[in-house]
Amino acid sequence: MTSSSGAALLVALLLIPLVGAIAVVFLRKNDTLAKQAALAFSLVEFGVAVASWIAYDPAGARLQQHFSLDWIPAFGVHLSFGVDGIALVMVAVIALLVPLVIGAGWTEKLPAERTAGGFLSLILLQQAITIAVFAATDVFVFYVLFEIMLIPMYFLIGSYGGARRQYAAVKFFLYSFLGGLIMLASAIGAYSMASDELGEGTFDWATLVRVVSDAPLSNQIWIFLGFFLAFAVKAPLVPLHTWLPDAAAEAPIGVAVLLVGILDKVGTFGFLRYLLPMTPDASTTLAPLVLVMGVAGVLYGALLATGQRDMKRFIAYVSIAHFGFIALGIFAFTTQSEVGAVSYMLNHSISTGMLILVIGMVIARGGSTLIADYGGLAKITPALAGVFLVAGLASLSLPGTNSFISEFLVLVGAYGPEPVYTILATVGMILAALYVLWLYQRVFHGPVRGSALVNVTGGPGTAVAPEVGARRAILDLSGREKLVLAPLLVLVVGIGFYPAPVLDVITPSVEATLDAVGVSDGGN
Amino acid sequence: MEATELSALVFLAQDPPGKETLAPINYPAILPMLIILGAACVGVLLEAFLPRHQRWSAQVFLTLLALVGAGLAMAVYMTDAPVGGELTLSSSIAVDRPALFLWGTLLALGLGSVLMIADRSVEPGGAFVAQAAIRPGTVQDREQRLGAQPHRRDAAKYQMQTEVFPLTLFALGGMMVFCAANDLLTMFVALEVLSLPLYLMCGLARRRRLLSQESAVKYFLLGAFSSAFFLYGLALLYGYSGSVRLADIADAAAGSDRSDTLLFGGMALLIVGLLFKGSVGPFHTWTPDVYQGSPTPITAFMAACTKVAAFGAILRVLTVGLESTQWEWRGVLWGVAIVSMVIGAVLGLTQTDIKRMIAYSSIAHAGFLLIGAIVLSPEGVSSTLFYLLTYGFTTLAAFGVISLVRDADGEATHLSQWAGLAKRAPLVAAVFAFLLFAMAGIPLTSGFIGKFVVFSAALSDGMAPLVVVALVASAVTAFFYLRVIVLMYFSEPAPDGPSVVVPGAFTTAAITLGVVVTLLLGLVPAFALDWANAGTFALR
Repeated sequence: MTSSSGAALLVALLLIPLVGAIAVVFLRKNDTLAKQAALAFSLVEFGVAVASWIAYDPAGARLQQHFSLDWIPAFGVHLSFGVDGIALVMVAVIALLVPLVIGAGWTEKLPAERTAGGFLSLILLQQAITIAVFAATDVFVFYVLFEIMLIPMYFLIGSYGGARRQYAAVKFFLYSFLGGLIMLASAIGAYSMASDELGEGTFDWATLVRVVSDAPLSNQIWIFLGFFLAFAVKAPLVPLHTWLPDAAAEAPIGVAVLLVGILDKVGTFGFLRYLLPMTPDASTTLAPLVLVMGVAGVLYGALLATGQRDMKRFIAYVSIAHFGFIALGIFAFTTQSEVGAVSYMLNHSISTGMLILVIGMVIARGGSTLIADYGGLAKITPALAGVFLVAGLASLSLPGTNSFISEFLVLVGAYGPEPVYTILATVGMILAALYVLWLYQRVFHGPVRGSALVNVTGGPGTAVAPEVGARRAILDLSGREKLVLAPLLVLVVGIGFYPAPVLDVITPSVEATLDAVGVSDGGN
Repeated sequence: MEATELSALVFLAQDPPGKETLAPINYPAILPMLIILGAACVGVLLEAFLPRHQRWSAQVFLTLLALVGAGLAMAVYMTDAPVGGELTLSSSIAVDRPALFLWGTLLALGLGSVLMIADRSVEPGGAFVAQAAIRPGTVQDREQRLGAQPHRRDAAKYQMQTEVFPLTLFALGGMMVFCAANDLLTMFVALEVLSLPLYLMCGLARRRRLLSQESAVKYFLLGAFSSAFFLYGLALLYGYSGSVRLADIADAAAGSDRSDTLLFGGMALLIVGLLFKGSVGPFHTWTPDVYQGSPTPITAFMAACTKVAAFGAILRVLTVGLESTQWEWRGVLWGVAIVSMVIGAVLGLTQTDIKRMIAYSSIAHAGFLLIGAIVLSPEGVSSTLFYLLTYGFTTLAAFGVISLVRDADGEATHLSQWAGLAKRAPLVAAVFAFLLFAMAGIPLTSGFIGKFVVFSAALSDGMAPLVVVALVASAVTAFFYLRVIVLMYFSEPAPDGPSVVVPGAFTTAAITLGVVVTLLLGLVPAFALDWANAGTFALR
């Protein structure tokens, strides 16, 4: 076993949710106890993540807190993990979101015969595996985790989801599984290149990067396509996105937060960690393909988000648009656009995570996911309306919110090398204002109406006085909900005005990635 | 006429050939085989001389003892076995590393199968008919399958046809010879020794007698056909090379100007016979019916052990006997592998019976195995061996679980009956889901490592298109495995759905064995990979 300083933190990050998942399974007979235990584990995990962030030295080595154990010597597979700046922000944001998800779902009603313990155990398991995916520095281990990451999510959607959960769960699984299998072929290809060249096989990330990036373009393209397909399904880029609206719509709110906020980032993370360094020549050659898919995603996602009638599907399409932006930033190959893309990955998790949580709170009140079932909610629940507006504005990248700086960097950075794509993507920003504000207007303004609300308050078609709604059933944000949303609110505004701490952590890793690609624009 | 008689006379007039001195038989090497076949003979005698009520316990004891004894004999031999392998019995048996690996696999899988065969708690009295001669639908037939779930302590009262134990041992002994046979004639005899008991065993189900008998007849007819193919191929190859020894055939094919028709015809027929046994599409047509109709323990035995033996023999024939002509047959087997994967994956989608579904899955797996088998490098051999190991144990455990889900008519094999199983029996559903994930090749199960080694061997041998087809087929098969998981976990149970029997010690042990091996080989495959890598076929 080899390890570097701070490895204990990473080991703790990997093990705490795993132990928590096991512990919570044993507590499933008692719902309250299970919830408390899960929350405790996730809070400890968050504490360790903060410590890990503090211990990370942006000026230090690329991979920090690194450790490695032998696993399958026959193929040179090691259980090796470590974080760079990009992985670190993703680990931190999942450690932040899981306790919030647990808190937000505290009073959620689960389907009959399902226990909170089972649900939370799967959430913690998902957290453990996802953190491991971001931290893996062995390609084989990454693939293994990439695939088993699907299993808890499959059960979370399938067991706890909405009416069409079976369809959504299977579709989600098969899309990702097929993508993963094709990535496996590429991983094996990279492995045999390495064993041809070095005389012994290895899956070590740094070694494979070195070997494959020296390979001729024709070989690189095959490796690229395999990895790219897996990541593009995950990210998801148009036209490989169709599983996401179904999965996000059927998943329970907390699961949707993790799915859209975290799991999908594995795709864009994979672009940065595996695709660009391993196949730099193929990445630059095939960049137009990715850019077309990215910009198509920006426009298509925005148009479909505008037309959605279901709020959860709305979120899915919003995310597809955002992932288009991230892909644009990554494949424009400038430091600015790249830093913008990585910070977008973080900020999208925060702002979209918040938007999903708020929408979940709306749905919990109205009992419907359809936009048409709501209206004038702001009169009954002003605080909820306010938070919704902030989350929405963060999602459309209003200056002063966290996403603005990311989107701005992406567009500024990408404009130089790729002006056409960038201008097209800017149209997406305008559409974003349209779909977010229109949703806000329909749900929160106008007269109080809508079957979901009226069912609680009076007969159909009757406008209800605000005080009646407030008194009868629809309450404004509870203390628990405020507690859940407060950290996100702070981050949205905080990063919006002072993004330096995040950008400082990200920039060295991004520069290292760009160095590997060989496209250097001389820093900023 | 005149000429042939004359030449015969000339032949007779020659001096008799000098008496060949045969090398002494290497008993330690073949002891495992001898123990299994010997115990089978003793089992037949027990059947003849013991009173009926003592037979079951005596047979179970003898069979398990033989399996453990053979395993020990093999372990002792392996402590100082030559790495390159050695030939014995006038070079008709090759005891080399792949053969030993296959023997070990067969013995372990045989142990699991025998445990399931011996179980009398899941189906009261055992899964086998009281007397094979009872005609379906008669009073005796109804009496011998009393009640849906009678009390377990009554189990011993229901008799079962205990010949199944010596038959199992004969089949197992035949399989061991089959994958160690160094000449085609020995291989053919072994093929018959392993097949004939299986035909009988398929027809012995206690319930659904007609289905079971139909499957036995179908298996017998098609099996006899394939044996004939094999034998005809053997004859042609003998005509071509003048020898039945694999190495001689390889030598003859490498440098000769004899008619290629004999060689190719012989090769094709021989391989068809072998592919039939391995249930590789398009020679798979017997598989779904036989898997469905046979008693489930026998299905498990066939699915696990027959596959191992058949692919052991395919590997040996291709690597030792036909290596020098690989460019001729390789393209054809590419096609066969693709056909097998596509048939297994696509037809598996349409199945509504869980045993048939697993049967089609086994056809798809046979395609994956064939990919490994046509990679003629040492990696190809070792990856195929490893895949056989993983597949055998997963399938064994899967059929063990299938035998537990029952309603009044016996096993509830229709997929719709599995709906909501996770609510009724969480543990059984979890175990089955795990096994299905293993078959789909999800990481951290043995199935993934198996696929990984086979695909990486194939890729490094330049078979990328085949690997891509295999990956797509894997994803398609994953769909029907997932469908079962969806049914078990995400669907509401039917009100009159089946119940899950709490298995007795034997079936529990068999399922546990399969699940533990599936998990272990997924988590720490290194030791088994090393073993599979230990050496190649003895070529002389």
